[in-house]
Amino acid sequence: MTTLALSPARLRSASFLSGLREFLKHPGALAGTIVLAAFVVCAIFAPWLAPFDPSETDIGMRLGPPDAITWFGADIHGRDIFSRVIWGARYSLPVGFATLVVGLIIGGTFGVMLGYIGGRFDAIASRIIDVLLGFPSIVLAIMVVAVLGVGLVNVVVAVAIAEIPRFARVIRGAVLVAKQNLYVEAALAMGASSTRVMFLHILPAIMPTVIVLGTLNLGNAILSTATLSFLGLGAQPPAPEWGAMLNSGREYMRYAPWTMMAPGLALFLAVIAVNLIGDRLSEVIDPRNARRR
Amino acid sequence: MAFFLRRLLGIIPILFLTWTVVFVVFEFIPGDPVSLMMGGVPASDEVMANERARLGLDKPVLERYASFLGRAVVGDFGESYKARQPVTQMIREQIRPTLELAAGGLVVGLGLGLLLGVLAGLKPNSWLDTVCIFLALAGGSLPSFWSGMLLIYVFGTVLAWVPIVGSGFSALILPSIATGLFMAGDFARLVRSSIIDAMKQNYIRTAYAKGLAPIRIVGKHALRNALIPPITMLGIQLSTLIGGAVVTENVFARPGLGTMLVDAVLNKDMPLVQALIVYTTGVYVLVNLLVDLLYVLIDPRIKYARTPSR
Repeated sequence: MTTLALSPARLRSASFLSGLREFLKHPGALAGTIVLAAFVVCAIFAPWLAPFDPSETDIGMRLGPPDAITWFGADIHGRDIFSRVIWGARYSLPVGFATLVVGLIIGGTFGVMLGYIGGRFDAIASRIIDVLLGFPSIVLAIMVVAVLGVGLVNVVVAVAIAEIPRFARVIRGAVLVAKQNLYVEAALAMGASSTRVMFLHILPAIMPTVIVLGTLNLGNAILSTATLSFLGLGAQPPAPEWGAMLNSGREYMRYAPWTMMAPGLALFLAVIAVNLIGDRLSEVIDPRNARRR
Repeated sequence: MAFFLRRLLGIIPILFLTWTVVFVVFEFIPGDPVSLMMGGVPASDEVMANERARLGLDKPVLERYASFLGRAVVGDFGESYKARQPVTQMIREQIRPTLELAAGGLVVGLGLGLLLGVLAGLKPNSWLDTVCIFLALAGGSLPSFWSGMLLIYVFGTVLAWVPIVGSGFSALILPSIATGLFMAGDFARLVRSSIIDAMKQNYIRTAYAKGLAPIRIVGKHALRNALIPPITMLGIQLSTLIGGAVVTENVFARPGLGTMLVDAVLNKDMPLVQALIVYTTGVYVLVNLLVDLLYVLIDPRIKYARTPSR
């Protein structure tokens, strides 16, 4: 992964609005923003948007195919899949976001410390990070679930922990670059404390990196948490979480394929929207990431 | 050769660290291993104490750590709480289907990634490039459990082209595609930027000037050089592949290490979880070593005269 560090001046000089216009000029980013906004609306207004109660069962509707009333069909308990998918936005998006924030805060703290302190401490810790990077992140997350136990909150912690090494590595790189800035040297020469330099000088300088890293990994975070729920380690039925819905739908896939269509499509759309946004954002914030011409 | 030996020695601290991390993490797991082993069956204190002594759990932490390391060196991670078999043997019996799946996923992922990447990279910013890049992004956003289910439904149930369960080659096709699709995206992007770089090099201009056919220029000169960065990724992608196998095995109800891992976690079968994680890391470290050696074969310019800077 490239180190993405920029002077904060660049971020400030480009005004927010022109940045936004630049960002939305890209059709993919525009589409991604619209889709993501739609999901956010679903998450916020789920009780009003969903035509049925997501946990209301109806024996007569069991595995009913999509029709004018149940748009996406009904599941094994006769629950309306459309309503459940809308409610599902309340799970995957916040859970993915929470995972990301926890991972960034912890990984970022490690990264800043490693990059700032350097020396032997950095050398040893970086070796440990190398080892941790070796664990497939989903396996690492499963291991953490093994320790903490099954559940959605534990999945957030598990996926966040699994992301920490990668975040720490990238942010450490950004800090190493930011440290080279003259103003850091100047601040230190003026007798500023390490904490002050880290928070006032290093942190703003690595902010673009953090934002790009965050958006590029949000899709992954959503996918990983949904995957764990699918494996039965996260959200438990009857929660209308997309991964868990897919898990309970797969038994009936042969006769009722609609039980897996809508939740999977929703998950796919949410992740691709976030990834499109992340891609474009990294190009706008750091032009070095732009597609080479 | 000296480089190879040095790399081989470099593995030792990594393995040692992994073992330590695994030991420490599982030390902190709440719950008594012996009562987990009994599976909730009430047992007298005497039986529990005997079992604890048999497992060496009554010894102090440091002594257990030393014995754990000693046994880890010879690949002995104790026996499964649930199956009451040596975990190493259980893993050995299940490793084959996972390796097959990983290999299949790798073939699909590399093939597709290479195709998309080269198509995109040869004409940057053309419509073909845009389509390929979008496909790559879509592939990386596809939940592999969902694509697996779709594949099962379309090709297994509706069209009935391939068997859904079984152990033959034809039963490997769909799982490989599901695993590979996810990997192809990252790989395609890397190949693309790598090809764009390679096509700008002087030796490509020379090749054109010599009047070589474009297909030869791309196939022989550009591709060969463009493959170095993606191959570096290969080692890292291995973890994606293993992670993908865990999910794919689950979706396709295939036997294998991934299924074993999820079951072991659900059953709180800690020795099995420990062993699986240690072996996964071991394989990862080994493959990365192989990848390093592969560079030298592909690009003779890389000679490890000095320690590669990391």
